[in-house]
Amino acid sequence: MLANKQLLPWACAVLLAAQASFCFGADAARGRQLYESRCIGCHSIEDNRAGPAHKGVFGRKAGLAKGFDYSPAVKSSRIIWNERTLDRWLSNPEATIPGNKMGFAVPDPKDRADIIEYLRTAK
Amino acid sequence: MNKVIVPGRRGFLNGTAKLSAVAIAMLAGRETLAASHAGAPMDSKDVDILNVALGLEWEGINAYTLGAKSGLLEKPVLDVAVRFQTDHKEHADTLAGAIRKMGGKPVEPKSLNDYAKALKADTLKTQADVLNLAARLELGATNAYLGVIPAFKAPALAQVAARLAADEVMHWTILNNALGRPLPAGGMPFGA
Repeated sequence: MLANKQLLPWACAVLLAAQASFCFGADAARGRQLYESRCIGCHSIEDNRAGPAHKGVFGRKAGLAKGFDYSPAVKSSRIIWNERTLDRWLSNPEATIPGNKMGFAVPDPKDRADIIEYLRTAK
Repeated sequence: MNKVIVPGRRGFLNGTAKLSAVAIAMLAGRETLAASHAGAPMDSKDVDILNVALGLEWEGINAYTLGAKSGLLEKPVLDVAVRFQTDHKEHADTLAGAIRKMGGKPVEPKSLNDYAKALKADTLKTQADVLNLAARLELGATNAYLGVIPAFKAPALAQVAARLAADEVMHWTILNNALGRPLPAGGMPFGA
């Protein structure tokens, strides 16, 4: 039987796939800094720009930011944005919703977790 | 606010001469780009990314218009802002041309009022506010261009994105200096 110490990395890996923020202790303040650095070129919390506004994105169905001209792919997707779906999206937007317009990914899991934690606060 | 440091008129003119070389290179790059896609099927993802980039350029052009019309920019800062806007117009022309040559339809700019609302132009009260906004947009555009490089299917487009990012860095550096801010700590501060 595996000792607890041996099981821990496996448990963490499983949880990572489901909810990155759990293992990383997601940091909304760092997420805000990352958002201001990487996402702000196209997005803002309050207003639609080249990308849609993020206010209220957490828990919202994809493609419903008021007044934003989404791709047909995003509009017809049935994704609800939460930790898991946002993590998938930021990891690989094209694999998550093929045909979307976003060409920007966040490869680092910790960075994704922090950005997602910040987006959770954008109500 | 710290003293605004901007390039002198002479230095600025020298910069314009350098831009012309860059402009020629950009146009040459566009021809290379067109040639590389001649007869090739359009990659819709590449076109979508270019159109998002074009949207950023429209926003940048209009942001500088808002700054210039605000009456808050004094010479020679105003001259520099106009020069940067000219660069963004050139970027937009390059991107729109590439999109057309790939069979796509370039995204149109929104109204100046739409940009004013999205960029909260009503909150701009000083020259430093305008420069801060411009610096924020230039940094955002830099990181956006660097961030989409791996997503392009066509290497020629990735190269164009890298060259556009370099222009944005040039703008950001001047604005950052004008705001009296230090250089970022450490190497490779952009795109991370």
